[in-house]
Amino acid sequence: MFPPLPNVSVEPGPPKLSNADLVKRSASSVPPPERQLTPVAKLIDVSKCIGCKACQSACIEWNDTHPEIGVFSGSYENPPDLTPEMFTLMRFTEWVNPEGNLEWLIRKDGCMHCEDPGCLKACPAPGAIVQYSNGIVDFVHENCIGCGYCVRGCPFNIPRISRTEDKPKAYKCTLCSDRVAVGQGPACAKACPTQAIVFGTKEEMTKHAEGRIADLKSRGYANAGLYDPPGVKGTHVMYVLHHADKPEIYANLPKDPKISPIVEIWKGMFKYAGFVAIGGLAAFSFLQQVVSGANRVSREDEESAKRLTGHAER
Amino acid sequence: MTTTTPYDVQPGDKVHRGDPVTVDRHTPFVRVNHWTAVISMILLWISGFALFHPSLFFLADLFGGGENTRAVHPWLGVILFLAFYGLFFRFWRACLFARGDGGWLVGMPALMAGGDEEKLPEVGRFNPGQKLFFWGMAIMLIVMLVSGLVIWDVYFFPYTTIDQKRIMVLVHSAVAVLAVCGVIVHVSMVIWERGTLQAMTRGYVTGGWAWKHHRKWLRELVTGGRVDA
Repeated sequence: MFPPLPNVSVEPGPPKLSNADLVKRSASSVPPPERQLTPVAKLIDVSKCIGCKACQSACIEWNDTHPEIGVFSGSYENPPDLTPEMFTLMRFTEWVNPEGNLEWLIRKDGCMHCEDPGCLKACPAPGAIVQYSNGIVDFVHENCIGCGYCVRGCPFNIPRISRTEDKPKAYKCTLCSDRVAVGQGPACAKACPTQAIVFGTKEEMTKHAEGRIADLKSRGYANAGLYDPPGVKGTHVMYVLHHADKPEIYANLPKDPKISPIVEIWKGMFKYAGFVAIGGLAAFSFLQQVVSGANRVSREDEESAKRLTGHAER
Repeated sequence: MTTTTPYDVQPGDKVHRGDPVTVDRHTPFVRVNHWTAVISMILLWISGFALFHPSLFFLADLFGGGENTRAVHPWLGVILFLAFYGLFFRFWRACLFARGDGGWLVGMPALMAGGDEEKLPEVGRFNPGQKLFFWGMAIMLIVMLVSGLVIWDVYFFPYTTIDQKRIMVLVHSAVAVLAVCGVIVHVSMVIWERGTLQAMTRGYVTGGWAWKHHRKWLRELVTGGRVDA
């Protein structure tokens, strides 16, 4: 078992995470950071999850969100989807395996903290989405304009736009960046009673996952594996899946997630093509006038008009 | 001597004798309508460009920040759409293509290079270039409205999928670029053809302007008896 997160000292100290550690900032650039933090990761071992939702409760508690009291919708899932007040959600799937047995699959859904974040790429507001050198992708609400472009950029359908505030803002899991900044781990990992959620460096987590996968394989789960999708250059939230060959059975976890090519075109070459088209045409129009001169009405034109109108009078 | 009114003559069109001859071209209502479209479009450009590329995000400050820009842009779009369609229902018949329009379009590049306008076929109230702009805007604004509604999350988020929104946000910005190009040509031609702007500011043009650029229209007005004393 991976050791539980220790209680850390409450003595004040320098923050372990600050704006000096940014590697990416939406719609703007940041100077390369002076130090490189050790990449972190949260590992969610689906095979150890008992579906208790302690992680959801801990998330609500730590982030001080107030999800609406929901209604029963025919599933253990509650609320039925991620919301601006619910950054993480246990998704329950009843899967009939090829042997005809029922498997109850429970996946803790939430932000995957992609190494190549689509939300950040799509965001038009400078500094509304940032990525730290330890891999955490965070939303900075004072810079968020509530446009929802991050929703289009995300390959996992995670960000949710709050409509209850005066000004809409995007919300998602922060990987408890505020806790990580003082040397703690995410609230969900802290609360998990079975160590299904563990937190550490990405290297540690990958190594721990290997042990878990070997164990699962020894118990007959031949396709057990780590979910760290290369399409988004890896994620800082990873899953151990007993059926890693079929991630989609876990409430539609995408098999090969990547930023939509439409988003890549929209945020990539299209912007330059647009500037070239508009700038080129404006330059051409200017040159056309300079070269061929104004198209002026002449004295003869006025005389012709007079003759035409005068003629009609007779 | 009244005959049936030609398809492109508008109710307010009238020739006034004098030196120079003047021709009423746009009624006050049309002008207010047109400038409503212009103002809303300028504001759409500013707010749209702010979101188009980070290097232009500073334009959002003109609206009091990105949140206001994001909130106001769709409403400006609705105003532009209504304003344009106010003009559309007034002018669509006059903007139907007519005999000779093809020849005019073929000859236009030579005119823009400094050629002689006398060599082009005579055109009515609107020349084929204006007609292309008119129909182009009519189509593009429908695309802008539909794609704009799909990405107007505040009111319409639940009605489409995220993939549809991804496509529509690309369509919205691509067609916006085309529309901007169309307007650049429109404005550029107004500047190039001296004496054109006053049709939209003061409402009338000189007889010489009508003779030079829209001779068929001038003839229609004269033969139709739309001349005062």
